[in-house]
Amino acid sequence: MIEALQAIALIPVVAIVGIFISLLFKGIDRILAARMQARIGPPLSQPFIDVKKLFMKENIVPKNSVKWLFEIMPIVSLTASLVVLLYVPLFGFKPLLDGYGDLILVIYLFAIPSLAMVLGGFASSSRYATIGAQREMVTMLSYEFPLAISIIAIAWVISKTGTCIPAFSLGTIFTIPVWGLVGPIGFLGLVLLSLVMLFVMPGEIGTVPFDAPEAETEIGGGVLTEYSGRNLALFYISSSVKTIAFAALIVALIIPWNISNILLLGGTGAIVADALFFLAKLFIVVFVGSTFVRVAIARFRITQIVKIYWGYASLAALFGLLLIAIDLSWMV
Amino acid sequence: MSLKDLNRSLWVFHVNSGSCNGCDIEIVATLTPRYDIERFGMKLVGTPRHADVLLVTGPVTRDMEKKLRRVFDQTPDPKVVMVIGNCGSTGGVFYESYNLVGPVDRIIPVDVYVAGCPPRPEAIIEGVVKVWAKLEKRGEKK
Repeated sequence: MIEALQAIALIPVVAIVGIFISLLFKGIDRILAARMQARIGPPLSQPFIDVKKLFMKENIVPKNSVKWLFEIMPIVSLTASLVVLLYVPLFGFKPLLDGYGDLILVIYLFAIPSLAMVLGGFASSSRYATIGAQREMVTMLSYEFPLAISIIAIAWVISKTGTCIPAFSLGTIFTIPVWGLVGPIGFLGLVLLSLVMLFVMPGEIGTVPFDAPEAETEIGGGVLTEYSGRNLALFYISSSVKTIAFAALIVALIIPWNISNILLLGGTGAIVADALFFLAKLFIVVFVGSTFVRVAIARFRITQIVKIYWGYASLAALFGLLLIAIDLSWMV
Repeated sequence: MSLKDLNRSLWVFHVNSGSCNGCDIEIVATLTPRYDIERFGMKLVGTPRHADVLLVTGPVTRDMEKKLRRVFDQTPDPKVVMVIGNCGSTGGVFYESYNLVGPVDRIIPVDVYVAGCPPRPEAIIEGVVKVWAKLEKRGEKK
C-alpha cells in the first residue's frame, strides 16, 4: 500500500524531470547538429525558449476541423509519451510501475503519440495534414515489424535462462544483461538486432531521414500543418519526451549495466553515479540513433522508407533472430 | 510573459508574392552555415500556422493579393511582417506596373523594410535586429 502511494507521488516528479531532460537533450542535439555542419548553433536553452514562446502564441483551431478531436490529440500524445516513462527503467532504477505492465505494453504505448498525430492531422481537415497523416500511418506500419522482432528475440533469450521469470518485464530485462546469456553466434545476432533497433529509432521519433510525415519543405509541416500555439507546443514536448523514452528503452535492452558495482560505491554515491551513467548512455543512444543520422542523411521518400524498414531492416532482424535461434538450440 | 520572450525564438515563414527569386535566394543564403541564423533561435518553418515572422518578397502581383492576405490571417498573433527587397518596399522597377496591386504595405501592415535588390544576408539579419527592437518597444507599451 505504501509502495503504491510512493509510486503515485513519484509520477509527477518523473513527468517533470522527463520533460526537463528531454528538452535539454533536444538543445544538446541541436547544438551538436549545428557543430557537425560547421555552424555555431542555438543556445542550449533554445527548446525551452521555443516552448515558452509557443505557449504565449495564439491557438488557432481551423473552422472546418473536428474541433474536439483536434484539441484533444496533443494532450493524448503528450500523456502517452509521459506514461511510457513510467514503464521504462530510468536512472538505473527499476521502472516506477514495474509489475503493472511489460515490454509489449510499452510497444503499444509508443504507437499512441503517432496515432494521436494521425488523428489530429485528419481532424484538422487540411490537405497537407491528410497527406502527412497517411504517410505517418505507413511509416508506423513499416517500423513496427523489425522493432517487434528485435524485442521478442531479446525476451526469448531471457526466457531461456531457465526459471519461470516474466521475460517481457522490463524490470527483469534490465537486471539481466542479455549479452552474457548467448554464445558467439547469438552475440552476433544480438549486435544485428541492436543495430536494427537503433535504426528504427529515427523512424519511431520522426527525425530527418524518416520524417516524410512532417516534411516541412514539401508538405508544409505535414500532420502538424494546422497546429499552432499551445497545441503545437504540446506536440513539440511530446516528440522530445518520446525521443528520450525510446532511447531509455534501448538503453534498458542493450546497455542495461550500472556503474556503481564496478566503482564499488554505496549509498547516495551509487545513486548519483548510476544516474549520471544512465544520462551518458542515454546521450550515446540519442546521438547515434538520432543526431548523427539526421545530419548525415537527407530525407527518404515514403516509398523508400517502406522499402528500407519492411525490406532491409526486417531481413536483418529476421537474420539476427535466426542466429539467436541457432545459438539457443546449441545451448540446449 | 511578454513579447520579449518572442525575441529569441522567431520562426520564419517565407511568402513569395511575385518576386524574381533574387531575394528568395538571399533568404536561403541567410540560412547557410556562414550566416547561421539558428544562432538567434530563428528557424524556417513550412506553414504560416507555426510562424512568428512573415518574410514577404516581391511586389505583390494581382494574382497574389488574396493569397498574401490569407497567409497573413493564417499566422497566429503576435506576429511581425518583414518585407525583403526593393520590390516589396516600393514596387521597385515594377513601380506602377499594370499588373501590380502592391507594394506589400497596401495589402498587409508591414513592420520592417529591408532595402536592396537583392539585400545581402547581413542586411536581412539587421532587419531581424530591428524586429527585436520593435517587439521590445511593443512589450514595454503593454
